[in-house]
Amino acid sequence: MSAFMVEALDVRKSISNLDILRGVDFTVARGEVVSLIGPSGSGKSTFLRCINHLTKITGGYLSVDGELVGYRREGDKLYELGERETAAKRAEIGMVFQRFNLFAHKTAIENIIEAPVQVKGEKRKAATEHARGLLDKVGLAHKADAYPSELSGGQQQRIAIARALAMRPKLMLFDEPTSALDPELVGEVLEVMRGLVADGMTMIVVTHEMNFARDVCDRVAFMDEGRIVECTTPAELFDSPKTERARNFLSHVL
Amino acid sequence: MSNTKVGAVADERPEPPTAGLTIVPRSGRFRWVPVVIVLFLAAMLTESVLLNPRFEWPLVASYFFSPAILHGLATTVWLTVLCMTLGIALGIVIAVSRMSDIPIVSGFARLYIWFFRGTPILVQLIFWYNLAALFPELGFGIPFTGITFFQANTNHIVTPVTAAILGLALNEGAYMAEIVRAGISSVDDGQNEAARALGMTRLKAMRRIILPQAMRVIIPPTGNETIGMLKMTSLVSVIALSDLLYTAQSIYSRTFETIPLLLVCCCWYLLLTSVLSVIQGRIEAHYGRGIVRAGG
Repeated sequence: MSAFMVEALDVRKSISNLDILRGVDFTVARGEVVSLIGPSGSGKSTFLRCINHLTKITGGYLSVDGELVGYRREGDKLYELGERETAAKRAEIGMVFQRFNLFAHKTAIENIIEAPVQVKGEKRKAATEHARGLLDKVGLAHKADAYPSELSGGQQQRIAIARALAMRPKLMLFDEPTSALDPELVGEVLEVMRGLVADGMTMIVVTHEMNFARDVCDRVAFMDEGRIVECTTPAELFDSPKTERARNFLSHVL
Repeated sequence: MSNTKVGAVADERPEPPTAGLTIVPRSGRFRWVPVVIVLFLAAMLTESVLLNPRFEWPLVASYFFSPAILHGLATTVWLTVLCMTLGIALGIVIAVSRMSDIPIVSGFARLYIWFFRGTPILVQLIFWYNLAALFPELGFGIPFTGITFFQANTNHIVTPVTAAILGLALNEGAYMAEIVRAGISSVDDGQNEAARALGMTRLKAMRRIILPQAMRVIIPPTGNETIGMLKMTSLVSVIALSDLLYTAQSIYSRTFETIPLLLVCCCWYLLLTSVLSVIQGRIEAHYGRGIVRAGG
């Protein structure tokens, strides 16, 4: 068993002639919380999506919990896995999106039990009970029967986090979870995320919330032009960045 | 400082109006004009149609529930239901193929839609009916090898009924494919992404997440198509399948009561399309869940 929850070696991604990831080296230990920051277009979100194979990598090596995602290795070749196998791997990795992406035709609680019942084959009753606990955890027990369209952005995002947690993931990926929210709603979502950190969840968070990165994360990775330029403790990165690019970026956002 | 100024201005304002004022709607002085026109037209219609003895309404009534007409009606109904069901199933398959990233698959789907939308349904029906002229024997085997698994006389397989089903369902499939495709494209890609991230396969995401939401867009035009299909089945009279219209035609060719029998047909078609509209309304309400409530 690998010591790392996520291990990336020289991960590359290009679409036609455009290089989006130009060799990302990155590791996340079990229970670690790491945020990815950097200017837009630097490849943060793309890299995050590569981790659960929503985006296919075009080079390098990427493993989650010691296992390749989406590929099977034979000698020095990687064979892409079938749908079912990739789906099964994805089921162990929770993901939270910028635009929430709650299932619009399902109520909050139906959103949460959908995957446990349909993917894991959990009993509806057990899944519902678990879901009620999760709703309580994100402070929305009273909104169980509300449709997404009846909820505020902050509430939708908290439901989306509960939905990801319902699969009992070993890793949570957050793709700019607060970027689409009105400023006054950001706090409630970050609050729920802090709770997860306290529970010991391994998390990778792409974010523009520098305070969250500074206060909560074990490490912060600064990405630029498809590479991780600096990856260190928040104190070190924010207070004494080593590279000119990080200094430049931080001077604009802090 | 500015506070006192604002206060001073407020003091000079006239007394604010009290609540409970009565709202008088704009009095439309000529509102009676369209009412009179409509009543006049209704009176004209009553005199010239309902009270016109040449329409022979009693005769219409006597044929309305006659066994032959009811038998034809049954054929029309099951033909509609069967062809529409096959058309929808085919439409989903063609729509998904059309959106495939394998070029030859999407190309085939395009070709299918192009052909069946591009030729008249009446011609297609007659074509299927005369299939034996092209292929006296129908069989299944491997092309260019002479290996066949089964073979039969075309005229035994393609009866008027199978020709009608083939013609109507294959044609409907092409139209439904475009409707389903529009529905699927209307669902935000994030829905699919969220489903996949939760570990659903492509098929399961389509069935559980995408299609139920696409239904909201798919249902109204499908209602149209169903009503269209009900009336389109009357075309099968050209290949001697005894649907509602064909039955009426064969009666009036003997009795020369052309108009009353066509009226019988029209009334039945109207009645059935009304029922279909009600069903469509119910289904729309069902798939509007989570959307209708957004109004507030």
